[in-house]
Amino acid sequence: MILEAKRQTAPSADKRWRLVEATVRRHGYESHALIEGLHTVQECFGYLDETALRYVAAALNVPLSKVYGVATFYHFFTLKPKGEHNCVVCTGTACYIKGANMIIEAIQQAYGVKPGETTPDNKISILTARCLGSCGLAPALVFDGDVVGKLDKSETVKRLTKWAPARGTAAAPTAINAGEMAPAGKAV
Amino acid sequence: MTYEELTKIATIEQESSKQYRHSLNVCTAAGCLSSRADQVKDALDKEVARRGLDRHCQVKGVGCMGLCAEGPLVSIENKGVMYQNVTSNDASDIVQALDQDKPVERLRCPTDVPFFQRQEKIVLQNCGKIDPERIEEYIAADGYAALHEVLTTMTPAEVIEQITKSGLRGRGGAGFPTGLKWSTVAKGGGGTGQKYVICNADEGDPGAFMDRSVLESDPHRILEGMAIAAYAVGASQGYIYIRAEYPLAVKRLKGAIRAADRLGLLGNAIFGTPLNFNIDIRLGAGAFVCGEETALIASIEGKRGQPRPRPPFPAESGLWGKPTLINNVETFANIAPILRNGGEWFAAIGTEKSKGTKVFALAGAVKNTGLIEVPMGITLREIIFGIGGGIPDDKKFKAVQTGGPSGGCIPEQFLDMPVDYESLSKVGSIMGSGGMIVMDETSSMVDVARFFMEFCMSESCGKCTPCRAGTAQMHDLLEKTIQRKATARDLTLLETLCDMVKNASLCGLGQTSPNPVLSTLRYFRDEYTTLLQPDDPGHEGNGELVGAGAPAVKEAK
Repeated sequence: MILEAKRQTAPSADKRWRLVEATVRRHGYESHALIEGLHTVQECFGYLDETALRYVAAALNVPLSKVYGVATFYHFFTLKPKGEHNCVVCTGTACYIKGANMIIEAIQQAYGVKPGETTPDNKISILTARCLGSCGLAPALVFDGDVVGKLDKSETVKRLTKWAPARGTAAAPTAINAGEMAPAGKAV
Repeated sequence: MTYEELTKIATIEQESSKQYRHSLNVCTAAGCLSSRADQVKDALDKEVARRGLDRHCQVKGVGCMGLCAEGPLVSIENKGVMYQNVTSNDASDIVQALDQDKPVERLRCPTDVPFFQRQEKIVLQNCGKIDPERIEEYIAADGYAALHEVLTTMTPAEVIEQITKSGLRGRGGAGFPTGLKWSTVAKGGGGTGQKYVICNADEGDPGAFMDRSVLESDPHRILEGMAIAAYAVGASQGYIYIRAEYPLAVKRLKGAIRAADRLGLLGNAIFGTPLNFNIDIRLGAGAFVCGEETALIASIEGKRGQPRPRPPFPAESGLWGKPTLINNVETFANIAPILRNGGEWFAAIGTEKSKGTKVFALAGAVKNTGLIEVPMGITLREIIFGIGGGIPDDKKFKAVQTGGPSGGCIPEQFLDMPVDYESLSKVGSIMGSGGMIVMDETSSMVDVARFFMEFCMSESCGKCTPCRAGTAQMHDLLEKTIQRKATARDLTLLETLCDMVKNASLCGLGQTSPNPVLSTLRYFRDEYTTLLQPDDPGHEGNGELVGAGAPAVKEAK
């Protein structure tokens, strides 16, 4: 006799949960659907919150600790909501050689946010990527999903000011001392 | 699907493309798309329609043409003309020039240069020629014919024999003989029972984009290679493990799998033979370590991507404990051509121990950045100064980095060395998956070593101590060196740590993580010693840190 396991009901009436439900159902509620399930949640909601982690854990019958372990192990998953716009700086080798760290520093000077952070007005999130694979266009950035190549620091800040003004009068970033080491971006 | 149906699709496709006097191929791979190739394609479409030429002239989105730095690229197939840096405003000039003898000179991209002439294309054969979103075009280019031949005329053992004869080695970096791997999987589990074929498309190496380009430009080639592998080893289920950071490649792969399913080229009873083979896609989630085969398997199983000790190798006990064949994208891309032309044909290309061609992603301080495919055994000088066109802005060549965070920096004295698995490892680097970053005199080697160590430190999965703690300690020592706080003792300590991490780590990530440090210490030791504390006996002069923190920032055009 096959016992029908009790299906986990969605945390709210939000229609996006149906997509999550569809993903885990397609994989037969097996535990190996965990990463696929989290991908769908992030695609639908933008990030993974506790409600989502608990729901996926219950739906796949996997301990919450394991779900949390997987969600924090992979860089692609984020547990924090993103800002209105996001800007991803590629920190791959080719972009690094061509000055990606200077761009990160310029953004930090103009907006006071480090990679992985969001501006206080919740307008812009700055993220870093390991490599976008657009090495021919280094240094490359992604502005809300659009890859833009061959950028420099002033052009980058100019593009960002279209979303939100830079803080104070520092709209044009002050020249960065060429001999100074910029911190390399940490993955988020 | 029968053979007649397959040839019929090919003939119809060839006939319909003959109807057109001109074919305008617009590169729609990710590189050119980010330079707005989609707008160029729309503009050309509109222009052709406006002039009422749509019956003579087709505008087609194709895969990567290689010269990513000059994108968007448009090629006029029958005339052998290529245009570079095309914008949507150029559409009218381009279409107007079609029926004239003279192409648009100001947009012309010279194709008689070494960048195009010196390449030898097997893997990239269809890239830039066929529309990756239409299975018919792949079939018209002899696609799936090798699969049919294999299924109807060869035994699995004969397939493996051809692969062994070809001398093909794994293109993921380590260079394990592919034929040997296949025969191990074929014998695994007593030769019967469930087996899996996995395509490793988790291209996490920063500075490498070969796999992405192949998947975006010619996805069916990978599916055909995997299906042939499934027949040879006796598998019925395949997975493609691909990075979630490559949305376009994922989209095209999904489309390709659907199209192949629909035509019966995947699924049950392929070509009416007993072979059943399905392919599913699994998305990676941004963990470099998942390129390691046992970590990749853990990730497909829905776990954290942590490697486990080998043996048992995945060929004996892999996904869910079953015999599993894992090959890289480029390895699978070589399979169909090998079976179409025979193992001997492939073995005639390349060097004694490294056969065939290799795709490289050429980037960094080099004029022609982009995707290239060269025969094994070509020299680094030919690649960088011939195909690559040399170093821009009259700067001096300093080093070339191959193999990403697992490889090393190769200095000028080895430029005339042939590119093959053995030569590269002899000088302290590795073939790697194909990233090749050129550095000029403004790059500081200590800074480069620190960059890669920072990468390995944050990508270490944390399972074994040598890698988890060792990479962090090495990174701190490099940071200390750059801040001019290190002494000669620290340098010795760094070398000791390199040795320990290299020999005691569990998987390839840890074992190879000291390579960038070791190779720069070997060839550019003076850059380290000039940074040591002035009062230290190991210090040499008060030289400035060469270019550290001030890499050549190329101003946006």
